[in-house]
Amino acid sequence: MILKTMSSGLVIQTVSKTFPSPTGPVRAVDNVSLTIQPNEFFTLLGPSGCGKTTLLRMIAGLDIPTSGSILLDNQDIAPLPAYQRPVNTVFQSYALFPHMTVTDNIAFGMKMQGKPKTEIDKAVKEALALVRLDDKGERMPAQLSGGQQQRVALARALVNHPKILLLDESLSALDYKLRKEMQIELKRLQRETGITFIFVTHDQDEALSMSDRIAVMEKGNVAQIGTPQEIYDRPATRFVADFIGICNFVKASSLGLNDNCDIGFRPEDASFTVGRGMGKGNIRHINYRGAVTHYIIELEGGETITLSEDDPQNVEVNDAVSLVIPPERLIRCTA
Amino acid sequence: MAASTSPSRLPGVATTAYLSLAFLYIPILVVIFFSFNANSLITVWHGFTTDWYVKAYENEDLRRATWNSMIVAVGATFFSTVLALMAAMGMRGRLPRGLAGTSQMMMTLPLLIPEIVIAIATMSFFSIILRSEFMAGTAFLKLVDQYPLTQVLIAHTVFCVPFAYSPIRARIETLPPSLFEAAADLYATPWQSFRRVTLPLMMPGVTSGAMLAFITSLDDFIITQMVAPPGAMTLPVYIYSMVRKGITPEINAVSAILLVISILLVVSSYVINQRKAS
Amino acid sequence: MHGVRNAAPWLLSPFLMIMGVFFAAPLLLVVGYSFMTAHYPGGVEFPLTLDAYVKIFYDTDFDGNKVFDPSFLLICWKSLKLAGLCTILCLRAGFPMAYFMATRPPQQRNLWMMLVTIPFWTNLLIRTYSWILILRDEGLVNNILMSTGITSSPITLMCSDFAVGLGLLYSYLPFMVLPIYANLERMDWRLVEAASDLYATRWQTLRKVTIPLTMPGILAGSILVFIPSIGSFLAPQLLGCGQQMMLGNKIENLFGQGGDWPFGSAASVALMIIVMIGLMIMSRRGGIKELV
Repeated sequence: MILKTMSSGLVIQTVSKTFPSPTGPVRAVDNVSLTIQPNEFFTLLGPSGCGKTTLLRMIAGLDIPTSGSILLDNQDIAPLPAYQRPVNTVFQSYALFPHMTVTDNIAFGMKMQGKPKTEIDKAVKEALALVRLDDKGERMPAQLSGGQQQRVALARALVNHPKILLLDESLSALDYKLRKEMQIELKRLQRETGITFIFVTHDQDEALSMSDRIAVMEKGNVAQIGTPQEIYDRPATRFVADFIGICNFVKASSLGLNDNCDIGFRPEDASFTVGRGMGKGNIRHINYRGAVTHYIIELEGGETITLSEDDPQNVEVNDAVSLVIPPERLIRCTA
Repeated sequence: MAASTSPSRLPGVATTAYLSLAFLYIPILVVIFFSFNANSLITVWHGFTTDWYVKAYENEDLRRATWNSMIVAVGATFFSTVLALMAAMGMRGRLPRGLAGTSQMMMTLPLLIPEIVIAIATMSFFSIILRSEFMAGTAFLKLVDQYPLTQVLIAHTVFCVPFAYSPIRARIETLPPSLFEAAADLYATPWQSFRRVTLPLMMPGVTSGAMLAFITSLDDFIITQMVAPPGAMTLPVYIYSMVRKGITPEINAVSAILLVISILLVVSSYVINQRKAS
Repeated sequence: MHGVRNAAPWLLSPFLMIMGVFFAAPLLLVVGYSFMTAHYPGGVEFPLTLDAYVKIFYDTDFDGNKVFDPSFLLICWKSLKLAGLCTILCLRAGFPMAYFMATRPPQQRNLWMMLVTIPFWTNLLIRTYSWILILRDEGLVNNILMSTGITSSPITLMCSDFAVGLGLLYSYLPFMVLPIYANLERMDWRLVEAASDLYATRWQTLRKVTIPLTMPGILAGSILVFIPSIGSFLAPQLLGCGQQMMLGNKIENLFGQGGDWPFGSAASVALMIIVMIGLMIMSRRGGIKELV
């Protein structure tokens, strides 16, 4: 708990960012407001170009908002340059200084702030231990594996006791197995340091498994804010439902419901029967996927949906079936 | 690729390459060879001597010209490299459209305009501003009066900038912008970020840019010939005046020294690069 | 770098100021001079006139009549001819050389690269001068010819178009080799193998695959050779003995002893226009980008 700091919250108020472009100004972030609690693991999730990275860069001070304010401990930091903000970033490609050793990389921030040498040495040592790289201090970044570089980048940011740690797609360069390990590692670091983490990703799995809360972003706007479970179970918009996990959308009439909007449901929430159910269709494909089996069903109206079952069912392609969906699992989106 | 069946092999290519290489080196070797020739008149071997080197060394005008060349080359290298480094960093940032285009043009144009045109343009420009009443009594005029090399130095700086710029620019493009953002994120002020991150990382580009500028300055003849006032003669200008007076083995000796210097420069930079690679 | 204030324009301003004053302004001055009246010796005066451009085509005879005088146009033609020939010969020798270099194993490649770079970095004046030792009447070639009894009296090689052309070829060959080599070296050689797999002979592969892919390097090299050769001063002066005039020494002459600055300026403008036309023809395929 050596690095434990007083945690800070962040209030983003009506922040917008406009970039000039050859085809006219582009609004990357459009009037976004949100509040991030102290000690929270908060994720900005969305497809590329949704504005999540721009929002993160404005918190870091690498971009200046066109309008709006960013309050850290009730102080507006929006006009401050990056080097005057108590906020540190783990960059997407780590951005380790290639001409410095691991130790010098980690010490960089404290040196720039003019901290005494003994304090720096001690802090660097602790930071190396925190990310379990005690014996790699004298290596150059190029001599480290991707996962180790990732840890150095984390240590380099955490050693400064930032009030907020920003992580920009920080795991996307790692392979699958390493990514899973780092997800656990990040949660551990966040617990141990008590620092507020703001994590940017386009990977919904990552967001769901790590975050306390998620803000799903779409085209410069926040589509929904909530806990992973709220977002998965009660997506506010069709975009959110589609982006988080897989979701079938069909006309209400196809399910025999009396409504004129589309109804969504998750593949694992629905099942089928050869008897009576909500909508009729025929099995078109059966994909055995190991843990689950996917059934592609063409409904009578021509719509195609996917269902997933834990155990293979005793049906064949072209069999006629009906859907069974518990009413509370149906998703009625506002948009 | 080495196999004779390889589709990349073309007949006649090797012959042309070796012939071209011989073509490139024979004249250089001829100069070095005859600089040791005892006969002063014709290109026939008459025995080995180093007299011409001694004679060249004792030639005071030659020594002064060499010294002038070094001063101008070092000065022009310094100023052009600094300008090029600043410009390369500037070109990376966000610029108003017109400014980026103008700067790009100013970097390219000196390479696209024949040297003789730059030479007469600079010469007539200096002759105008130095004679104009507008400039009378200014510090610039005093500087030019006191140091006749000033005009040469300015002219060299100008045409060296594009040469210094291109390796610097090439290097800066290999550095991801996130490195500089990381420095700012880790509390480095713009100046600290330049000292600790930008400059060390740019160093290979800056070194080769400076070397190119240095060679370009030492090499220049026509611009210096036109621009240099009396008393500001550089080595190539002096050698040219010697050649105009007649071919002497002394010229061979000076030329041989210059040739060996450039050979050594290239070989050493080659060896350094080899060592870095291994 | 990316602070609150944008430092980029400030970083560029010293460069732009220096270039504006000592490069752009002098060039504009030359254009201005070409429209003025000559002041002898060396200088210009008002009024504005097109006389300098008239002199490109006409001479004034003793009676004050304008008569067509092709001498300047012939100088332009000779410059264009020699520079064009030099570019073609450099390409003819330089492409195979670059190709040979690029197909060596990496270690040898670096050695060749060094061998081509040395002349590139060697003083141009001395490299031109070296040909005097070879070509003059008492020079190496005549010595060999006479001592082996092939000829009894020296053949005149100096002061000819041949000598000037040879000097230009020698001066600028490395300028052609290096960009083509750079291009060939980063080419994907599997494409050559793919072409041969698809029944192309070596020459067909060269024509249809390698040369098109190397076009940027070829154009960059051609520009790097063509521009300095057409404005060349040293080769026509030293190897042409000042008798084989090219635009370069004609312009120097007009600003030197001759002292007709407006005509010299008009000649410079003509030279720049020729270069621009050459560039426009070559850059149609984007060769200039490769230069910078």
